[in-house]
Amino acid sequence: MSASSVAGMIEVSGLTKRYGEKVAVHGLSFHVSPGIVTGFLGPNGAGKSTTMRMMLDLDHPTTGRVRIDGKRYAELREPLKYVGALLDAKALHGGRSAYHHLLCLAQSNGIPASRVGEVLDVVGLTAVANKRSKNFSLGMGQRLGIAAALLGDPEILMFDEPVNGLDPEGIHWIRNLMKSLAAQGRTVFVSSHLMSEMALTADHLVVIGQGRLLADTSMAEFIRTNSRSYVRLRSPQQEQLLDVLHRAGITAVTAGHGALEVDGVGAEELGELAARHQIVLHELSPQQASLEEAFMQLTAESVEYHAHAQPTEWRT
Amino acid sequence: MTTPSTPAPYQQHPGVPGYVSPVPLRRATLLDALASEWTKIRSVRSTIWTLGVMVVLVVGFGALIALALRSVDLPEGESPVSLGFVGVLLGIIPVITLGVMTIASEYGTGMIRTTLTACPSRARVLAAKGIVFFLLTFAITLVATALVSAAISGILGGSTAGSVWLGATVGVSAYVALLGLLALGVGSLVRHSAGAITIMIGVVLLPLVMALFMMSEGLRDVQQFLLEYSIPSQLAIFYGTPMGEDGPTGWESLGLMGALVALVLGLAFLVQHKRDV
Ligand SMILES: Nc1ncnc2c1ncn2[C@@H]1O[C@H](COP(=O)(O)OP(=O)(O)OP(=O)(O)O)[C@@H](O)[C@H]1O
Ligand SMILES: [Mg+2]
Repeated sequence: MSASSVAGMIEVSGLTKRYGEKVAVHGLSFHVSPGIVTGFLGPNGAGKSTTMRMMLDLDHPTTGRVRIDGKRYAELREPLKYVGALLDAKALHGGRSAYHHLLCLAQSNGIPASRVGEVLDVVGLTAVANKRSKNFSLGMGQRLGIAAALLGDPEILMFDEPVNGLDPEGIHWIRNLMKSLAAQGRTVFVSSHLMSEMALTADHLVVIGQGRLLADTSMAEFIRTNSRSYVRLRSPQQEQLLDVLHRAGITAVTAGHGALEVDGVGAEELGELAARHQIVLHELSPQQASLEEAFMQLTAESVEYHAHAQPTEWRT
Repeated sequence: MTTPSTPAPYQQHPGVPGYVSPVPLRRATLLDALASEWTKIRSVRSTIWTLGVMVVLVVGFGALIALALRSVDLPEGESPVSLGFVGVLLGIIPVITLGVMTIASEYGTGMIRTTLTACPSRARVLAAKGIVFFLLTFAITLVATALVSAAISGILGGSTAGSVWLGATVGVSAYVALLGLLALGVGSLVRHSAGAITIMIGVVLLPLVMALFMMSEGLRDVQQFLLEYSIPSQLAIFYGTPMGEDGPTGWESLGLMGALVALVLGLAFLVQHKRDV
């Protein structure tokens, strides 16, 4: 059996999307496999939502293609039975009740109306099924969007920033939901701009920046290669300390607030070295760079909207 | 051996389907899309409001005018049911609004993305919307025009030929529903409720208004054409009170409107395939 016919597989190849002059997605190729949660990570404006819209055939790629189970999305006659997607929880008519919103979607795919009650139950919206969705809170809207994604009991699920604006309980619920969906053998593709969020849920990572692929790796591999460990030192005798380190062939870099950072040497060895030269230490602490920092480093060149560190001066 | 209480973690095998749903697969057809659009149109308040206002305008104005004219003799050859014309002319506005809203509100709210994710065939979505809207509007307009014709006849007495009855109910309802369908097509092209409604009101009113100001001799032919083919004039034909002598007959105007609708919906089909949502 060829890879292209594996059920639940999403394949993206050479995907490019231009909006006029702006290239939102640039030659993107990767695939998403069943049975795991694949995180789709990138800073704001990286092209995540654009890519997902092209996966669902909402936007037309300038070049390149997307195949789901080896087919184009438009070839899926009852797409809700293959793919459940939550791109934007507000993409509904607020004047319609939750029940009717789900009913009209179910009907269009020939899904029995009894599924509507079931998914409302799964997301815990049964009590407000007949309320108009415009009065729903952010969390309730998100749950309704997830109910719609689950309607056809699909083998593939796609979520665009599902935890945005949710309270801790809601975030916890979505995390567990995604993991359990993947554990059932489904394909789960979820975007985020928070590395820390992905570290908790994703098994595999696809990282993009400015529309280009930056990394396509397992979570474990990403952690192994990207988490730098170092030792932070602070001393009132910084000059002497630098001297001593230099003579011992150890490179130290100055960090903010009078601290020094040393890579690749243990805290014990550094402490003993300082003691031998009778240098007072105010801090000697092993540090682990967070995945968030690793992610920021990876995407540093590609971040589109940098915040200015300092406000530009007002010139007269 | 006992079965484990928790399901074993999923093992990935190349070539083995990931997840197979117990929900049975059934081919979705245009009928399913029609059921979906019917649920949509009946589950929002704008449908109740616009069609309700239309019925009130059609029946209310017709009955009021009939009551006011109880003691006045109608011109020779004019059937009393033609007094329903003004109400229907006003009733066009809510029908246009509903036609536009049926599709443009999906773009306004973002619902269209959910709709097209569930049914990627743009043609099927547009066809289902058009059919459901047309049938619903036709049915409600038919009820309203039948009611008002009966009310006017009851108030004023007099006899009305069968063909005029048919024109004032079925003919008018078909024409109004087609006009609403045109609004739906325009809504699909413009994707913006207020813009599409404005365009449609212009289409209805502008030719007649322009004709009123074409006083010069050289424009006489254009003026005559606008007078005969403007939408209010074509509507008047169904009541046997055309505004000119050489204009279309009732069935010809239905054909003309049908052709216009086909043109605009065809354009909407073509354009939809090229555009992002
Ligand atoms: N319809 C459009 N017309 C023009 N430019 C667009 C359009 N949609 C997206 N873009 C541009 O494409 C780029 C990618 O946008 P996209 O929404 O895909 O990013 P994202 O990764 O989802 O960001 P975020 O994390 O903020 O949601 C942005 O620079 C955006 O301005
Ligand atoms: Mg986005």
